[in-house]
Amino acid sequence: MSTADVVAAVLWTGVTLYAVFGGADFGAGFWTLVARGDERGNRARALIAWAIGPVWESNHVWLIFVLVVLWTGFPEAFGSIMSTLFIPLSLAALGIVLRGAGFAFQGVAERERGRRLATRAFALSSVLTPFFMGTVAGAVASGRVPIGNAKGDPVTSWVNPVSIVIGVLFVAAGAYLAAVFLASDARRFGDPDLERYFAARALGAAMAAGVVAVAGIFVLHEDARYIYDGLVDEGLPLVIASALCGAAALLLLWRDARRGVRVLAVGAVVAVIWGWGIAQYPYLLPEKLTVADGAAGSETLTALLVVFGVALLLVVPALALLYTLDQRTVLEEEAEP
Amino acid sequence: MGAQLLPLAADLEAARSQMAFTLGFHIILASMGVAFPAIILVANYIGLRRDDEDALRLAQRWSKVAAVLFAVGAITGTVLSFEMGLLWPAFMSRFGEVFGPAFALEGVFFFLEAIFMAIYIFGWKRLRPWVHFWTIVPVVVSGLGGALSVVAVNAWMNTPDGFKIASDGSVTDVHPVDALLSKAFGYEVPHMILAAYMVAGFLVASVYAVGMLRGRRDRHHRLGLLIPLTLAAIATPIQLGVGDTAARAIAKDQPVKFAGMECVQKTHTHVTEYILGRCTSSGVKGGIGIPGLDSWLVGFSTDTKVIGLDSVPPDQRPPANTMLHWAFDIMVGVGSALMLLGLWLGGTWLFRRDMPRSRWFLRATAVSGAAAVLALECGWIVTEVGRQPYIVYGFMRTKDAVTDASGVWVSLGAVLLLYAAVGTATVLVLRAMTRRWRTAELDEGEGPYGPRPDFQELSEEPA
Repeated sequence: MSTADVVAAVLWTGVTLYAVFGGADFGAGFWTLVARGDERGNRARALIAWAIGPVWESNHVWLIFVLVVLWTGFPEAFGSIMSTLFIPLSLAALGIVLRGAGFAFQGVAERERGRRLATRAFALSSVLTPFFMGTVAGAVASGRVPIGNAKGDPVTSWVNPVSIVIGVLFVAAGAYLAAVFLASDARRFGDPDLERYFAARALGAAMAAGVVAVAGIFVLHEDARYIYDGLVDEGLPLVIASALCGAAALLLLWRDARRGVRVLAVGAVVAVIWGWGIAQYPYLLPEKLTVADGAAGSETLTALLVVFGVALLLVVPALALLYTLDQRTVLEEEAEP
Repeated sequence: MGAQLLPLAADLEAARSQMAFTLGFHIILASMGVAFPAIILVANYIGLRRDDEDALRLAQRWSKVAAVLFAVGAITGTVLSFEMGLLWPAFMSRFGEVFGPAFALEGVFFFLEAIFMAIYIFGWKRLRPWVHFWTIVPVVVSGLGGALSVVAVNAWMNTPDGFKIASDGSVTDVHPVDALLSKAFGYEVPHMILAAYMVAGFLVASVYAVGMLRGRRDRHHRLGLLIPLTLAAIATPIQLGVGDTAARAIAKDQPVKFAGMECVQKTHTHVTEYILGRCTSSGVKGGIGIPGLDSWLVGFSTDTKVIGLDSVPPDQRPPANTMLHWAFDIMVGVGSALMLLGLWLGGTWLFRRDMPRSRWFLRATAVSGAAAVLALECGWIVTEVGRQPYIVYGFMRTKDAVTDASGVWVSLGAVLLLYAAVGTATVLVLRAMTRRWRTAELDEGEGPYGPRPDFQELSEEPA
């Protein structure tokens, strides 16, 4: 394994973390958007507002991480992707501004109206952003991003079957993850009604994601042959693992068993992301730019790995401390009468 | 839909405008993110050391304001990292590997700052007072580290280092550490960090000066004015020294930029220093001229030769010379005025152990925040416009870095609208917070990064 491969793996780890944690965050926004105005819907929204705490916010740092590792480690791929996919990436950035504003203001806005506006901004962006991110992923996977400054088609590169299917899949997968997490939060609060509410939605989202994923296989077969071939070859074990995790999670949700659902749901998403990564390897841009050809100089790659190591040493304990403190208050609050 | 529908030059202007606007917006929030925690640290320290409830209350409120500003700054910062690629893909493709590691370092500092900000805000009443105090220290340190990393990249753009250009024009032999520590690093980094401390100090002080002018002359307001103003008053004279050194270094490292700042058309000695005036191809019209001073400032002798704009062909000179010259003069002028304000405070304190009683002192402090922001923006214009037409000084032109994608005008429009909304919301939210503090309504848990409010309580609230 070359240094470039290691950096590519680090990049893919960032993508995975962002997809799981950022995806769940966006999914929570999706459930805010579709929750009804009745008493139950209000309680659901309140649980989501509670869940978007400080820990979830730090999830979005992974996006910056992915951007920085991509432009430093694989600058040519970065420039090519960002210029050809100018439109969907601009729209995704727009969604990120709205989401961040929702987070910044929802707790401190003057009651009622301001808060509702912040919540709405957050909800809207939660559908926009993952969808456009998905179209970007589809454009890369289907080989529609050539090397160079805006060399690909500005529209058809991301308005095509693969992009649309992956865009919808991102929204569905986020909604699924979020519903699973929220059902478990509801249980911690001893609210069986909300727990059922989110478990039902997790089930619905899981089936939707499953249907889209199956449709995606056919679309990939037609339109992104390189990835399809990889997925049914080297990537096959992971695709099977993802399907098994997804099916097992469905079964558990169906039978009202809650233990292990979270792990299985995350496992399904992680497996499919790594399956894709393996299917696409050794290409950054399928059949156009390989990891080895697109990689930065060796000193840059080493510097990147050193910084990554320092980050692990510093950030992980700090994050663990924050998480512990956060959980502890939850416990204290629960202990109160 | 193709790029040919819109002239490319027009998109360059749109891209430059969008970058200038979003950076100019972010730089204020970033300054607050870098320096506000230090002000909070001082207030917290005083509060604990002297058992001072006013100081502790200030630290607690400030930490919530800082959290809102930090969260908004995180958004505008994320937009910037998108824009690096959306607007300047050719720049990133070619040089991303050279300066990229500095941004990776910045990412670590940003992550740490966010985490400890959350822990600090969380820790009021939950951690023991001194343990809690120590959790703001990493926020202050990461703020400094983050500023250092980002400004290192800008310094590199001004004085590129750590790579070679191969015969085919590609970038080779990359040494990221040399790129991180380029020549301008030594003066640009302290200049920006001190600017952040000035902006945060004067801005926070100005809020309490307005309050005192409106008759709220309690101890809370007095401390709220004195703590940040003292920090800013200490930073300002140091800043003038650093800035003076920086200007001399630029005269050496980027002589054409310096010529643009001072509107020096021809290379010669005994150069007149002009204050303001209109920059024309035959020199400065109007303005106040001080014979020989420009030469003296560059080399401590009126015999010093100052390189003029005529040393390079017209297409290598920075544009908008009058604006550049004014931005430089306004920055220096405002900085000097702010130093006088600091001296007023320092002098009065020395003799009377009290702050000046004059309403004019409060009025001056009330405008000092806006003035510091003006100086900050002017300084940013000087360094960015002065570097033009290059994005990487001497190596890559801005027009060669810009995206070939069309539609930048549209994204510029969207960004202007969105930022207007975010800016307005930020101001409204902060005002609402202070109003509720005054009526003692705001709960200690509210605010981004804060501990989560009780879920049961939330769910009973009418939505």
